[in-house]
Amino acid sequence: MNWISNYVRPRINSLFSRREVPENLWTKCPECGTMLFHRELADNLNVCTNCDHHMGISPRDRFRLLFDGGIFTDVPVPQPTTDPLHFRDQKRYPDRLKAAQKATGEAEAMLVAEGEISRTPIVAAAQDFSFMGGSMGMYVGNAIIAAAERAVALKRPLILFSAAGGARMQEGILSLMQMPRTTVAVDMVKEAGLPYIVVLTHPTTGGVTASYAMLGDVHIAEPNALICFAGPRVIEQTIREKLPEGFQRAEYLLDHGMLDRVTHRRDLKEELVRITRLLMGLPPAIAGDLPKPEEPEPLAPAEPAEAAPPKADAAE
Amino acid sequence: MQYLEFEKPLAEIEGKAEELRAMARANPETNVEKEAAALDKKAADMLGTLYKSLSPWQKCQVARHPDRPHCKDYIEALLTDWTPLAGDRNFADDQAVMGGIGRLDDRPVVVIGQEKGHDTQSRIERNFGMARPEGYRKAIRLMEMADRFSMPVVTLVDTPGAYPGKGAEERGQSEAIARSTEMCLKIGVPLVSVIIGEGGSGGAVAFATANRVAMLEHSVYSVISPEGCASILWKDAEKMREAAEALRLTADDLKQLGVIDRIVKEPKGGAQRDRTATIEAVGREVRDMVEKLSGLSRDEIVRERRKKFLNMGSKGLAA
Ligand SMILES: [Zn+2]
Repeated sequence: MNWISNYVRPRINSLFSRREVPENLWTKCPECGTMLFHRELADNLNVCTNCDHHMGISPRDRFRLLFDGGIFTDVPVPQPTTDPLHFRDQKRYPDRLKAAQKATGEAEAMLVAEGEISRTPIVAAAQDFSFMGGSMGMYVGNAIIAAAERAVALKRPLILFSAAGGARMQEGILSLMQMPRTTVAVDMVKEAGLPYIVVLTHPTTGGVTASYAMLGDVHIAEPNALICFAGPRVIEQTIREKLPEGFQRAEYLLDHGMLDRVTHRRDLKEELVRITRLLMGLPPAIAGDLPKPEEPEPLAPAEPAEAAPPKADAAE
Repeated sequence: MQYLEFEKPLAEIEGKAEELRAMARANPETNVEKEAAALDKKAADMLGTLYKSLSPWQKCQVARHPDRPHCKDYIEALLTDWTPLAGDRNFADDQAVMGGIGRLDDRPVVVIGQEKGHDTQSRIERNFGMARPEGYRKAIRLMEMADRFSMPVVTLVDTPGAYPGKGAEERGQSEAIARSTEMCLKIGVPLVSVIIGEGGSGGAVAFATANRVAMLEHSVYSVISPEGCASILWKDAEKMREAAEALRLTADDLKQLGVIDRIVKEPKGGAQRDRTATIEAVGREVRDMVEKLSGLSRDEIVRERRKKFLNMGSKGLAA
């Protein structure tokens, strides 16, 4: 039995609905067009129940699914200078930022947290595509540096979930400078002998792909995620031909040697636990090692072990 | 000399002066020298004025001027014993990236840079200075070699960006750029970089993650081309002037932001009007940057480079 179905489900439902406007109870799958009831979608980890398309998921929701019992601690991220260039296109950059903050309830496009996954201590960072396309500016750079420093200080692996349309154009050259900055950060983790694992989610493009997202010890992608440097539209304009089906999707990158694994969201946690424990030289995680449910059923003596999680302190 | 769009008034005056002199050559008894000299003076003044206050978009045009000295010109003029080295040892030799070893004065150095080409054929061969993964992997290989033999690395940046092509993506454009940037940060030898024309996005960073970055006065360095930015944020590629303004891609702005360290003055009217003087000025700057870093230990070089990039962005522009 899936641990999510017997333990976390009631909590997730409330979390997902918090973000979605009450009237918006149905989501249309962008891939197959199926109308999905929000509850059904949330129960399925924001994966389309019809075609398995992996939709976006907010960093906070992802962390609640990832960390044991949905419990994690935010790692503080130093606030950079806001709007260093006084950038203005059709809107002022600070207004765009405020709108994104209001829409997501988050400070910026990346969330950093520490906690345990199947009793394996990790530091995790997740990029929020719904916050200005997940774009990489000073804050995202600071977040990755903070995550790396925390991982090194706690001697923990760093797991990073990428999702971005690319650089934060409104920060101009300073967004570009996040490529070397984040590279320094992930190299600090690697030099400390700690695993740096990247989970590339839909979409991961531009300068993000061309820096920290492609420098992992292990690269895992969610199915069908678009992963590229130049986007398909730009390429089609340049070479003036139609690109083949599946071009720059996760499975295609796997075929071309850029990824280690393409993993369904429901299997991701187990996979991350297994890989980090192997790389950290830890014994295998004990199945079902989750905190006790709030209202545990009395254990029937003959019941198989996986029906109710064993005591959390069984690991390590 | 190819005139840029904003140089049209200048082209007219210089054209008139030329016409007068042609007329005088045909009619030896007419004396036009005084008039022609006045036009010359007017043109010279106008050139000075134009180039003193170039707008960011005008700088983009100057930075892309086909007559500007390119990577190859600098290498040929500044280095002796130049020995090009080719290939990424994996797939191909990318002609968009020049790389090799040579001497800067007596000092053996590795030089890597994008080359745009100077005529139709060479531009196609060089892919207009847009590197594919092989170009970055060649750079990585050469940086590793420089590190092994304690040779300073000089990179000359002049690219519209990394090539957005099908094969380039298939062969890992992102990974190649990421690794090249990473290698820039790893090597224990001085790495100095000069943005000589266009510093286009990730394709430039992969070479310019350097201890010291100098920039020619009218070159540009940006996260995205003004045209690209305009079409995304303004939904109108024709708004490139506004985008160029907003992106703060000029040498002055980048120096204020602490992204570049030095600005190399260009001759009056831009590098394209006096290539020799430009190349010499860049040469002086490169020698000086290398010299000033040569006393540092390997550890110090790596540490100061990392620190520089970690701290970058701590200052914004004045309001
Ligand atoms: Zn679907």
